[in-house]
Amino acid sequence: MIEFINFYLIPGLVLGCMYALGAIGISLLFGILRFAHFAHGDVITLGAYFALLFVTTLGFPVLLALPVAMILTAIVSVLLDRGFYRPFRNSPTIYLVIASFGVALMIRSAVQLLWGVKVESYAAGTFSKPLIFFDTLRIADKHLWIAGLTIVIVFALHYFLSRSKLGKAMRAMADDPDLAQVSGIPTEKVVRATWIIGGGLAATAGVFLGMDTQLHTNMGWDLLLPIFAAAILGGIGSPYGAVAGGLVIGLAEELSSYPWIGDAPLLSPGYKTGVAFALMVALLIWRPSGLFRGRVFT
Amino acid sequence: MAAKRSLQGARLHVSSELALGLLLYGVSLLTMSGIYGVLAIGLNIQWGYTGLFNAGIAGFFAIGAYVSAIVTSSASPNFVGGFNLPFPLGLLTAMVVAGIIGYFVGRLCVRLKSDYLAIATIGVAEIFRLILKNEAWATNGPRGISNIPRPFESLSQPWSQLAFLGVVVLVVLIAYFLAERAGRSPWGRVMRSIRDNEAASAAIGKNVIGFRLQGFVIGAALMGLGGALAGHFFKFIGPEATEPLMTTFLVWVMLIIGGSGNNKGALLGALVVWTLWSSTELLTSQLPPDWAVRATFLRVFLIGLGLQIMLQRYSKGLLPEQLPKVDTTDLVASPRTAQEKAPPVE
Repeated sequence: MIEFINFYLIPGLVLGCMYALGAIGISLLFGILRFAHFAHGDVITLGAYFALLFVTTLGFPVLLALPVAMILTAIVSVLLDRGFYRPFRNSPTIYLVIASFGVALMIRSAVQLLWGVKVESYAAGTFSKPLIFFDTLRIADKHLWIAGLTIVIVFALHYFLSRSKLGKAMRAMADDPDLAQVSGIPTEKVVRATWIIGGGLAATAGVFLGMDTQLHTNMGWDLLLPIFAAAILGGIGSPYGAVAGGLVIGLAEELSSYPWIGDAPLLSPGYKTGVAFALMVALLIWRPSGLFRGRVFT
Repeated sequence: MAAKRSLQGARLHVSSELALGLLLYGVSLLTMSGIYGVLAIGLNIQWGYTGLFNAGIAGFFAIGAYVSAIVTSSASPNFVGGFNLPFPLGLLTAMVVAGIIGYFVGRLCVRLKSDYLAIATIGVAEIFRLILKNEAWATNGPRGISNIPRPFESLSQPWSQLAFLGVVVLVVLIAYFLAERAGRSPWGRVMRSIRDNEAASAAIGKNVIGFRLQGFVIGAALMGLGGALAGHFFKFIGPEATEPLMTTFLVWVMLIIGGSGNNKGALLGALVVWTLWSSTELLTSQLPPDWAVRATFLRVFLIGLGLQIMLQRYSKGLLPEQLPKVDTTDLVASPRTAQEKAPPVE
C-alpha cells in the first residue's frame, strides 16, 4: 500500500500538476482565440530553458529563477502573438493551427540553437534526500514545492478570474466574443492578458518538469498531447476543468503501470504515455464536451 | 610528357567522379522529392479536396514503410516476416494496410472539426509510434528494420539509383493522374462542396461523413505508399521515422507552399521545399562539426519562418487551386435542352 502511494500516487499527482498548469493555458487560449495552440509544448520548453539560463549563469536557485522565467516567457508569448497569430484574427482558425505548428518548430530549433541538444539539469550532481513521514511515506521536497506552488497558482488564478475586471472580461469573451466586443470589452487587451497568463503558466510547468526530471529540447512537445488530453477532459475553455483534467491524466498515466491484477504491471511502462493519447482520442470521439459537460467549439 | 598525361588522367578521373557524385546527388534529390510528392498528393486529397486536418501523416507513413519492409524482406529472427514478396506487391500491401487502418481511424475521427481532428490524428500517430517501438517481436523495436530490399539494387552505381528514380516517377505520375481525374470528376466536386459548405452539401442529400471518410482513406493509402517507397529507398525504417518534424510537418509545409487543392502545386511544393531543405544541408555540412550541428537548427528555424511568411502573404501557395469550370450553358442558356434530356414524365 505504502509502495503504491510512494511510487505511483505521488508521482501521478506531481505529473498531474504540470499537466494542469499547461492545460489551463491551452484551455484559456482555446476559449478566447478559438484555436488549438500546438506551440504550447515548446513554450513550456522555452520557459524551462529560460530558468536554466539564470541558474547556470547567475547561480540563481531554481525557485528564484522561476518568476524571471515566467516573465520572459510571457513576453515572448505576447510577441509571438503579435508576429504570427494576430495577422490571422479574422481568418479561418486553420491558419492559426498551421501557424502554431510552425511556431512550435521555430521555438524548438531556437532552443536547440542557443542551448544545444544535451540533456541539462538545474542541479547537476546534487541529490536531495526525500522527506520521510510516518516512517514510510516518502516525499521529495521538490514534489512538495511543485504541489504547493501549483495550488497557490490555481487559487491566484481563481481570484483573478472571479474578482478582477480583466478576469471577468476574459470569461465574458470566452463565452461570446462578439457580445464581449459590442459591450465594449477591449478584446486585444484581453487577448494579451491571456497570452501573459498562458505563457507564465507554461513556463511554470516547464520549470517544474525540469526540477522533477531533466531538461531536454523535446520535453515540452512530449507534454503537449497529455496537456491537450487534460484540457479536453476538463472541458475546453474551462480553466477549473483543466486542473481536474490534468490531475486525472497524470494519475491515469502513472497508475496504468501499477500491478492491479497479479504481479505484472497492468500495462507495460513503455505504453504509459499512450494512456493519455488513448484517453484523449476516446474523449474527442465520445465526449468532446469533457467530463463536466462543458461546451464544444465548432 | 608521361607525367603530364597521368596528371590529366587523374584530373579526368576526379572530374568524372565529381560528375558521378553530382548525378547521384541529383537523382537522390529527385527521388526524395517524388516520395514527398506522393505524401503531398495524399494530404492534398485529405486537406485540399476534403478539408480534413490530418496531423498524423507520420503514422500512416510509418505503417506503410513497416508493412512493405516486413512483407518483402526475407526471414529474420528479429521481426515477423519472411514473406519475400516482390516489391510491387509490397507497395500494394502497404497501401491496403494503411488504407484499412485509415478506415478505422477515419470511422472514429472524421466527424471531428478541424482542430479537434488535428489533435486526435496526432494522438493516433503517437500511439502508432509507441506500438512500433514497444512491440519488438514484430518490428525489432527501437532498432528498426534494416536491409530492406531495394529494386534494381544489383545494377551498377548510377543505373541502380536511376532505375529506382524511374519507379518513383512512375508512381508519382500514376498518383497524380488518378488524383487529378478524381478531382475533376463529380466525386471531386462533392468533396470540394463538403469542404466549403458542409451544411449545404448535406442539404442536397450528400452523405457528408461517408465522403469525408473516403477522402481520409484514400489519403492514408497514399501516405502508406509514400512510406513504403521511403523504406525501400533508405533500406531502413525505425520508429524515429514517425518523428512529426520530418514527415508530418514537412509535408504540410510542402502542400501549403505549393498550393493546397492543386496537385501540381503539391508536387511543386515537394520539389521546392525538399531542394531547399537538402541543399542547405549540403551547405551546412561544409561547416566545422560544431557549427554544422547548430546550423541544422537554424535551417529548421528558417523553414518555420518561411512557412509563416507564405501563410501570411501568399496563403494560396505558389500554384493556387483552380476550380474546374462548371458548364452551366445547359442549365441556364437553353432550358429546352435540359428539358429534352430529362426523362419523360408519365
